[in-house]
Amino acid sequence: MAEPVRPRQGQRPAGSGVASASGDLVLSSLTKRFGPFTAVDSLDLTIPQGSFFALLGPSGCGKTTTLRMIAGLEQPTVGEIRIGEHDITYDKPYRRPVNTVFQSYALFPHLSVWENVAFGLKRRRSESVETQVAEVLELTELQALAGRKPAQLSGGQQQRVALARAIVNKPAVLLLDEPLGALDLKLRRQMQVELKRIQTEVGLTFVHVTHDQEEAMTMADTIAVMNAGRIEQLGAPAELYEHPATTFAANFLGQSNLIRATVAHRQADSATVALPGGVSVSVPAARLPGGIDEVWVGVRPEKISVHEAGAADPVAGRNRIPAAVVTDASFMGVSTQYLVRTPWQQELMVFEQNRGGTTLYRPGDQVSLSFATEHTFALDASQDAGAGIELDEALG
Amino acid sequence: MSGAAGVEGGPRTRTGRRFAGVPYLLLLPGLLWLGVFFVVPMVFLLSQSLQTGTLETGYRLTFHVATYSDALSQFARQFLRSFVYAFLATVLALLIGYPLAYAIALKAGRWKSVLLVMVVAPFFTSFLLRTLAWQTILNSDGLVMRFFRGTHLISLTSALGWTNGNQLLSSPLAVVTGLTYNFLPFMTLPLFASLDRLDPRLLEAAGDLYASPLTAFRRVTLPMSMPGVVGGTLLTFIPAAGDFINSQLLGNPKTAMIGQVIEGYFLRINDYPTAAALSFALMVTILVLVSVYVRRSGTEELV
Repeated sequence: MAEPVRPRQGQRPAGSGVASASGDLVLSSLTKRFGPFTAVDSLDLTIPQGSFFALLGPSGCGKTTTLRMIAGLEQPTVGEIRIGEHDITYDKPYRRPVNTVFQSYALFPHLSVWENVAFGLKRRRSESVETQVAEVLELTELQALAGRKPAQLSGGQQQRVALARAIVNKPAVLLLDEPLGALDLKLRRQMQVELKRIQTEVGLTFVHVTHDQEEAMTMADTIAVMNAGRIEQLGAPAELYEHPATTFAANFLGQSNLIRATVAHRQADSATVALPGGVSVSVPAARLPGGIDEVWVGVRPEKISVHEAGAADPVAGRNRIPAAVVTDASFMGVSTQYLVRTPWQQELMVFEQNRGGTTLYRPGDQVSLSFATEHTFALDASQDAGAGIELDEALG
Repeated sequence: MSGAAGVEGGPRTRTGRRFAGVPYLLLLPGLLWLGVFFVVPMVFLLSQSLQTGTLETGYRLTFHVATYSDALSQFARQFLRSFVYAFLATVLALLIGYPLAYAIALKAGRWKSVLLVMVVAPFFTSFLLRTLAWQTILNSDGLVMRFFRGTHLISLTSALGWTNGNQLLSSPLAVVTGLTYNFLPFMTLPLFASLDRLDPRLLEAAGDLYASPLTAFRRVTLPMSMPGVVGGTLLTFIPAAGDFINSQLLGNPKTAMIGQVIEGYFLRINDYPTAAALSFALMVTILVLVSVYVRRSGTEELV
């Protein structure tokens, strides 16, 4: 493991430039190997200043290692980390303008909430500790608990202290390591909104590591989907969801139906693709990888409509799969979830919104399916159609 | 016997109201033990310290409080010396034991249990034998003595009054060394217990919040190990203050500690009231010192 010569290490005194070192967080060919295992594989990433950025992926994908390298808790094997003009790759953790909200919170049990929050400011001999702590306690609604010890707080309150303790230092980059993982669902939803509000208010760069796609989509401006030490896809939540670039992204963010198909012929703005069983569908040219004929045709479950068999042909511009059979139906209130078997014996997942007036189908009913052309995408068939599925389910 | 009551109830213990007394039953053996071996001897000792008479004529309880003032004024020197030696031994044991416990708890990795066994290993031989071994270690032909002579350290320690003449044995230095050695495990184990519980992620968090490793130690590790420091210093200081072996084997008459005096009065002079009065005074003094110490260190809520 060749390590580059340490540049500029320890030249700046602790904490200097913490407030002024502004700028984008740039990772260049960042790599971390543990023995023969490559946890992070030549990562290149620019995180704009002031953005809420999520690193999303299953456990073991390298997202936490990336975070720990930014925090200075791990040394990269190769690569460079910069904040604006400052190279911080080899700076000690306590000299970086970076603070972390730890997954375990790691609150100091012997100190009160107030002392926990003041810890970083005092180490940097900051002036007006009192007012800064008071401001952050107000922002996180912790004023009433300032005198309590962490053991006397609920999980949600501890989470807020961990956040307050980090943001009070106004770091150039705030790292959040699965910050809501230990909270129950209701509290987690509430904290997602809260975190987003706080980020908007303080305007710091937030780098959020999570395996929870919903959490990432709710809060982040930009999501990087990570798998096996690499970034699979990067983009805004809606863009990633509507335009997955890989089967992993298609399955890890929400659910996808992937059908094996062959491109029959290409036109200017769309292509006709042959599914098994003599069915053919159209895919917008923009959503079809060029130069590949063997593809997975994908469609999200909520984009599919169910029709009675033998009903009139749906509106033009919709793809259609006739002669399907409902094998399972679960009524869930807001929607109904169907499993529908196609003529080529593949089961597709369908979510139908309960807008009133829709028929409820039962297992065994003969139906046909339709979905809009613009909601149909195609991916290179050399990828594993199951990538990202089990992982997501195992992690819940 | 108390356990049998719980076992008999088996599956019904959660609901059965008749088992509300179980905690008290479980306390019983301990309370009996304390009663027979602590409270009774204590009352006996107190009464003896207030008696007058001789071994031949027998003792009678006369509430002769003057025994206390006589004994204390006669042995004030030994009394004070005991606490000074115990204090020095405690400080030294803390200085040696803390880095040792820290290394075992946080840096030893898979050697942790081996090292712990090594800390406890001296207990496999008797206290007396181990102290006698120090006579050999410190004697005039030993390596330690040769080192002290070669470096002229011996002149320095003699000038300071820690040793007398040209030898290490029979000196205050030897007694404090013996005390430190003998009670080191009592210091190390509680320290280990509290350092072992320290979550290393707290130190990462401290580093993340701009604390250098030294500051992280001062602000996080040290305060969080205070229960161990308090426990270890008590377990060292209390027995060291009453010790009568180290000074007897490694010291001289001028290093006599109060434990030695008490032992002599009980077993050789057979002046039971004086011995009892000194014992009682020692106990009360230690109790007062310890309560002040525990209160001032403010660790009640951490323990």
